[in-house]
Parts: sequence; structure tokens; C-alpha cells
Amino acid sequence: MDRKRTCHGAGRPVSLVAGARLVLAGNPNVGKSVVFNHLTGNYVDVSNYPGTTVEVLRGRYQSWEVVDTPGIYGVSSFNDEERVAREVILDAGVVLNVVNATHLERDLFLTLQLADMGIPLVVALNMMDEAARAGQHIDVAALEEAIGVPVVPTVAVTGQGLAELEQVIAAARPGRVAPQLQEQLETLSKTAGSRARALLILEDDAPALEAAGLAPGGRRDEIYLERRERVDRLVSACVTRSGGGRSFSARLGRLAVNPLTGLPLLTAVIVAAYYAIGVLAAQTVVDFTEGTLMEGYYVPWIQELVGRFFSETSALGALLAGEFGLLTMTVTYLLGLLLPLVAGFYLIMAILEDSGYLPRVAVLADRALNTVGLNGRAVIPMILGFGCVTVATITTRLLGSRRERTIAVFLLALAIPCSAQLGVIAGLIAPLGARYLVFYLLTVLVVFTVVGTALHRVLPGRPTDLFIDLPPLRLPRPGNIGVKTFNRTWAFIREAGPLFAYGSLAIGVLDLAGLLATIQAAVAPITTGWLGLPPQTANAFIMGVVRRDFGAAGLYDLALSPGQTLTALITITLFVPCIASMLIISKEQGKRQGAVMWAAAFSIAFVVGGVVKHVLALVGW
Amino acid sequence: MPFTLDMLPVGRHGRITGLPGGVVRSQAIRFGLAEGASILLYERIPRGPVVIRRGLQEIAIGRALARSITVDSE
Repeated sequence: MDRKRTCHGAGRPVSLVAGARLVLAGNPNVGKSVVFNHLTGNYVDVSNYPGTTVEVLRGRYQSWEVVDTPGIYGVSSFNDEERVAREVILDAGVVLNVVNATHLERDLFLTLQLADMGIPLVVALNMMDEAARAGQHIDVAALEEAIGVPVVPTVAVTGQGLAELEQVIAAARPGRVAPQLQEQLETLSKTAGSRARALLILEDDAPALEAAGLAPGGRRDEIYLERRERVDRLVSACVTRSGGGRSFSARLGRLAVNPLTGLPLLTAVIVAAYYAIGVLAAQTVVDFTEGTLMEGYYVPWIQELVGRFFSETSALGALLAGEFGLLTMTVTYLLGLLLPLVAGFYLIMAILEDSGYLPRVAVLADRALNTVGLNGRAVIPMILGFGCVTVATITTRLLGSRRERTIAVFLLALAIPCSAQLGVIAGLIAPLGARYLVFYLLTVLVVFTVVGTALHRVLPGRPTDLFIDLPPLRLPRPGNIGVKTFNRTWAFIREAGPLFAYGSLAIGVLDLAGLLATIQAAVAPITTGWLGLPPQTANAFIMGVVRRDFGAAGLYDLALSPGQTLTALITITLFVPCIASMLIISKEQGKRQGAVMWAAAFSIAFVVGGVVKHVLALVGW
Repeated sequence: MPFTLDMLPVGRHGRITGLPGGVVRSQAIRFGLAEGASILLYERIPRGPVVIRRGLQEIAIGRALARSITVDSE
């Protein structure tokens, strides 16, 4: 690519400071992670930013510490992603701004804001191939001159332009500032500490105002509109458009949001996902990992090993290797049952995420979710809930209001079974036949809708509106999918492991102390009387308090009639969220609200369970 | 009655003449949807969101929000 470097930029190039921070910033889906991987190679540290589910990737490139930030459309504090990106950008030595060449009107807003912030900047003009296919010609030299920083055309996925990009990082410099802001920024930056913070103050960014002890000046709109005008002028000056064909991806993207074609497509995706997780992972893979590996080889081996030191009937022997043992049940459940299910789920999630399909599901689901007081964006925590309710609960932060978070958190806790539980439920219900499966699904769906609608009516306020950008559909890259799946699965095991251990320890102690039988007798009026289930079902519910899937699994060993199985499964599905979820819910929603939700789920589960039993008796199933 | 985005027929172009305030407005300006921006009504979910296009960019807008954005049909 033949480019002329303009040397009369707006600011001086930065000198290379050892250990300085190179921050990657850009809109969502612009190819930032590909650039990041190119710079940092294999050694990457992924961590959730404190208090968020927002992932921050760190790596090294020469003497730079490279930080990848979540995709944002501008620097401010409208949501978690922005808050995280804002923090990282404010500490940046150099910002490498990756922009999508096909969406310059949108992407350059962030670029010009970064220029106004006065941080040394380099722009990677990515996806030049897509822009060319769409019939766009971009005058790179003019763009570079107007922004006042180096601009390098790239096609990150093929590596094109990345070597040139590396060469200009050292030439990063602050870009041109909006003329009407210059003077004020100059003055304000003396007290604010930097021009970046000064700009955020002028734009009424809440944390920046708070840090400076200032009141909002009400100028954000004016500054944004002026920047919007500059972006539009820049684009019409630097971009020439000539026809360009509609791509296959654009046509498929349209089919995905057209209700006539989109709903069948969505159904097909759900069926495929159910088959992959509910059948392939939950049955075929788990049969091997839990049945063959764990119960066939591992458990007898560890029991024999523990037996050499402690008698099987001693307290320590039972706690370590008994029915609920730390080294038997915990390890079997965690590695034999949950690991394949959770990994399978995260794999599907990563594919859906990277393909750009999820936002289109949000469009299709928006109207339905409006009836329970949510908007289309809530499909993301709801789908995640089928993986792990705990993770999904944290993700509800992406919802627009506290009201929506409350509704979503409670619906997740009540009516969304997690992947581990789903696997067990699928295993129990499949042999009963299709009508039982349909009855189960309809009951849970009715509870979801009725409870959601009731909350929507009772809680003051209204749902916030769907307002999202639809990324182009893309074929996901296997490497990226693999890394994501591995990182998330590993994080899940690391977090769930200790909780599992505590849970089995608690049940083991209850069992040793003979309390399990006492509790069974005490709750018999509910289990045997109201639900018509055998008294041992109480064990399943006690275990269900620790983990909902422990509860469902506890039903495996009981000789239940098909009707009893259905009643028990519906009750355990709606039953209280697991301990891990409860901890997160209390943290997110407050202890009191958490307690109310727990009690409500408990009551609703048994009321609905009893009603199901009586309905089944009436229809004679 | 003002003509709003949700009334624009599928396949028709429109020019934005008014936006609601607050964070939604700031987000709209970032997306390129300031007053005066020309858009194409690309797809409509019955009683649900509308999808508009500006250049090659597609944006989904909930029905209630679409009702609060005024446009001139082009």
C-alpha cells in the first residue's frame, strides 16, 4: 500500500517510554482482538475488570504493556463497558484506535473524541477489503491530515498492513482538537490533571465531574453535535462511494431479522444448540466422563486410596470418600458432569457471539420481552442463564435500569434452569415421551410469563428501549472461539469448585449427624402430602438449596412414576437458586431483596408443584 | 400529528427531524443519528422494533423509541 506520511501533524510524536501502556480502543466488532493477538502473541492475561463481567485482556509488545478494552462507541460512563474502557484509556500512554472502514460515520466519533482528549493516537483503518467490496474508496492521506495522527489501512484477519501499523506506533501523537474547545480544555486541564479528564468534565461525564467536585455544565449535547458534524464532513470529504454489491452476509443478516424467515431460523438455532448441549454433551459425553471415567475408574481408585488411611465408616472417611464425599461426589460432579456441560454451553455461546447473531435475536425477542418489562437486550442474560444462572445474574448489569435488573434477576433465579440442571432434567424427562416434555416446557413458560408480567405491572416505571447496532454476520474464527470457551470454562470451574466443596461438606455433616432423616420427617407434609412424592425427595430439595442440579440429580435414584417425575422436576426447576447464585443476587440486589426473592421462589415452586400434581391427577397421567 | 420513525414504510428513506433527550440522544448522535441524518427504514417487526440503515450500518430501535423520533419522509 502506497502511503505518504504527513509530518505536520497537530502534536509532537511521543518518545518511547519503557513500560508505557498501549491501549487498544474501538467500536464493537472492528477487529481489535485480532490486532491485539498480532501484537502480543500467545501470552495473554484475561481478567474480569473488578466488579464487572467485562473482560480486559493484557499482553506485552516490545516494551509496551498492551491492554485491550471492551468495544465502545464513545468515552463516557453510560454502562459497564464504557466505565472500564474509560478507566483504561485515561491511563494510556498511547491509544491504538481500530476503526471499521465500512462504518466510518459511526467509528470516527470515538476517534475524534480521543483526539479531543489529547492522548497520543494511532488509527488502524481496518477491514479495508470489506470497504473496497462495498464500493468505498477512502482517501487515507486526507483522513490522516484531518485527524492529525498516523492512519494505517489494514486487513487485520489476513495480516495486511499490520507491519506498517507496528512501525507508526512510535509516531503516535495527539490529534487535532475541536477549535472551539481548545481554550477551555487548556484552562481546565490545569485543574483536572489532563486534557482527557478536562474533556470528560466538559462532556458532563459523571465520575469526572465528581472527581473534580464540579456540577454538570450542560454542554454535552452541543459538543457531541459539533463532533458529529465534523465526522460527517470528514467522511464526505474522504470517502467516495460507487455502487458495490450487497454481500451474502448482508442478505443473511436481513433474513435473520425478518419475522417470516427469522423465527424459523431462530428455532433451528435453538434446536441445534439443544441437541449439542442437551443430547451430545449431556448424554454422550457425560456418559463417558461421569459413567466411565469417574465412576468406573476414578471413584473406586480414590475410595481405595482413602480407605488405606481412614476407615470408610469413620467420620473423616465418609466426608472425604463417602456418598457426599469431597473427593468423590464433588470431583465427580465438577469434572465428570459439569465440565462437559459448561464447556459445551460456552462453546455454543462463543460461536453465537462471534457470528454477530445475538443482537438479531434481541431484535426478534424485543416485543415478547416487553410484556415482562424487559427489552430485547435481556435475551443475552436469559440465554446465559441456561449456562449458569450465577454468571447470567452478573450480566444483567447490561440492562438499562434497576427495574429491569430486578425483573431479570428474579426470572433467572426462578424459571431458568442452568446447563447442569438442564442436562439432568433432559435425562429424566426424555424417557417419558414428548407430551411430558411439552407439559414441562409449557408450565415453566407460563410461570415465567405470569411472574414477569406481574412484576412489570407492580414495579413502578417502564422498560427502557432497545437501541442497538447490528454487526454484520461473520463466520466465527475457530482460534478465537477456542480461547473464549477455554477462558470462561476455566473461570467457572475455579469459582464453582470451592462452593461445591462447601456444599457437599455441609450435606455430608448433616448426614453424619443424622439430621437428614429429621428434616425429611419435618417436611413430609409438603413432599408426601401436597406434592404426592416419596419422603426421600426431601434429600433432593435439601441438596437443591446448595445446587439446583444436585437436587435434580437426587431424583435419579428414586423410583418415581412418570407423573411424580414431572411434578418433582417442575418443582425443582422453580426451586430456590443455588448458593452461588444467592451470594451474587444478594450482592447485586441487596440482602433484603435477595431474601425476598429466595422466599418467593421457594413458595412459587411448591405452589406450582402442588397444582401440577392435582392437574395431572385430573387428566389421569 | 407528527410523522414518526415507526410510521415510515419499509424501504422508504427519511430525514431525522427530532430526537428525545438524555443518554438515548447522546447514543443516537454517536451512532450518526443526529437531526438532519438521512436513514432507510430497512425492516420492521410487527408491533416490535424497527431496523434502520445509515450507509452500511444497521441499527435496531425499539417501537416506543421509534415513536419518539420524528422524521420527514423523503
